[in-house]
Amino acid sequence: MLKLEKRQYDSRRMALLSPLIAILLTLITGALLFSLLGHDPFNALYTFFLAPLSDLYGWTELGVKVTPLLLCATGLNMCYQAKIWNIGAEGQFIIGALAGGWVGLSFPDVETYWMLALVLVFGVLGGMLWAGLAAWMRTHFNANEILTTIMLNYIALYTLLYAVHGPLKDPAGYNFPESAQFGQYITLPPLIGDYRMNISVLFALLALVICWTLLSRTLLGFQIKVLGEDRAATAFAGFSEKRITWWVMLISGGLAGLAGISEVAGPIGQLVPQISPGYGYTAIIVVFLGRMSPIGILFASILLGMTYMGGEMIQMDLNLPKSITGLFQGMLLFFLLASDFLISYRIIPANKLSWART
Amino acid sequence: MDIDLIQNVLYATIRNGTPLMLVALGEMVCEKSGVLNLGQEGMMLMGAVVGFIAAVTTGSSTLGILAATGAGMLASALFAFLALTLAANQVATGLALTIFGTGLSAFVGSAYVGKTLEGLQAINIPYLVDIPVIGKALFGQDILVYLSIALFFAILWLFNRSRLGLVIRAVGENPEAANAVGLPVLKTRYLAVLFGGAMAGLAGGYLSIVYTPLWSEGMTSGKGWIALALVVFASWKAERILLGAYLFGFASILHLIMQGSGYDLSPNLLSMLPYLATIVVLVILSSHKSQSIWFAPKSLGQPYRPQL
Repeated sequence: MLKLEKRQYDSRRMALLSPLIAILLTLITGALLFSLLGHDPFNALYTFFLAPLSDLYGWTELGVKVTPLLLCATGLNMCYQAKIWNIGAEGQFIIGALAGGWVGLSFPDVETYWMLALVLVFGVLGGMLWAGLAAWMRTHFNANEILTTIMLNYIALYTLLYAVHGPLKDPAGYNFPESAQFGQYITLPPLIGDYRMNISVLFALLALVICWTLLSRTLLGFQIKVLGEDRAATAFAGFSEKRITWWVMLISGGLAGLAGISEVAGPIGQLVPQISPGYGYTAIIVVFLGRMSPIGILFASILLGMTYMGGEMIQMDLNLPKSITGLFQGMLLFFLLASDFLISYRIIPANKLSWART
Repeated sequence: MDIDLIQNVLYATIRNGTPLMLVALGEMVCEKSGVLNLGQEGMMLMGAVVGFIAAVTTGSSTLGILAATGAGMLASALFAFLALTLAANQVATGLALTIFGTGLSAFVGSAYVGKTLEGLQAINIPYLVDIPVIGKALFGQDILVYLSIALFFAILWLFNRSRLGLVIRAVGENPEAANAVGLPVLKTRYLAVLFGGAMAGLAGGYLSIVYTPLWSEGMTSGKGWIALALVVFASWKAERILLGAYLFGFASILHLIMQGSGYDLSPNLLSMLPYLATIVVLVILSSHKSQSIWFAPKSLGQPYRPQL
């Protein structure tokens, strides 16, 4: 028989292996699911993960999905390093899109690319404002940020709905709840050719590098990590917990806001009722799957970007609902959390003497 | 406003508040034991879709409701295994459950979109239903509304009068101490989580089998999150959950009433009210310095790992 034993130290090897185990288990379960539904499992998995990437168009579309995930996840990682549980990337994303979009739509006649810069800045500020609210409630009133950010997500969503049904609705839009199309001067230019992927993918990569440098090379980064490791030590060292909270929340909110405005000033091109297929929530999976490391987060956002592509492809090719995306994402996180157990525990034969007791 | 309108508003308020109250009561029990399950939305949707399919297939609403409850419980068992047995991060596990449940329910239910059910007949309590204004709202509802009120009293009794209630609270306040005096921490938490799942599944079933009655993707439209808000809004007290659920239920039909009386306020702005109110309450409650009046279960969201 087998038994469980607590490891003396957390296993670093398991921490790196765990995401791979989770991906493998998700693939196996996915294959089982597809064969239960009467599809050839290998063909279905190929359709889900690889078929969308068979041409340049597919790769650029992957870039479109990865960009918001990477921006949001990079910001959330700053918070989670400090064990500040910001669940509000979705709301910060929406308010960023709304704030930037509002500025852009307010001056349709200004024909200069400075407008684009202004729109992006307002996107970032919008996200920072939304995260700042949660930071303020946490630092001034001790209000739990998990709960406040969840509430703010929904307030953000209804603010967007209000805007596209009301003040920002396109007067020439046949009464659809949509804003006017963004003009040339407030739209992000494509990165290559005429594809939808635009230069915001560079913002995302830049943000990843900057945040990683911040975490690993600066005093602030050190303070963030100390706060995450041991709250009491932060006070002993004379670091201000409030100041660190403000920093990580504002960085996180700003990046989510940038992701939001890049989405509407890019692939979507106008404000519509649904601007995010849950990017802000999926980014949380990205951070966990990516082991809170820069390279890990990059790969994890590519993988989760692929689940969005796969859902659409499955819907077209196999006529299955595209909600399979959420199914795969949820499964992946479940398996990851389960295999993370093996980081601090190990399975040994029951008759083997435990070294911990000898 | 005339009497008929008030009567109908009260009736609709109770019907709207019922699923919120069911989920929130379940989540409150779960949180009292120290477990924060953010998977309410996922469990409700699982309950809604499984219940609907069962009701359509068997033609029995009762079986549908039972299936919904079971589905919610099964979904919460998944959460419990990860968050309790494997001591995984509760926030992440709950979110995974919501994402998973939303996806799975849409996937499973896609063949059932557009089908309808008859719903449940209202059970009019003789004589009482004829009381003006409040009669229809309180005594002309379907069986699940009555059940929800019975469950409310049961939970009120549980936490004010029973030993089990004390055990749940002890486990939620300080699991180490509870363990030291011989209380089964994980078992208690398991039961609390499963109860929460059953309630969420029941609420989902209420929506798809009784309230609408049809299945559509993501039909809970954030009710699971409102219920989470409601638990905080009610500061973990059953009687305030009852009031809050009907208050939030009223808020969600307020725009219809206002339109009827000529005020044109955006329904989207009104939809924010529950969340705004919850934030305000949370801030007020959290800003009290004294720990003795701290309202949330102390170990809420913290995994408990027994020594192996």
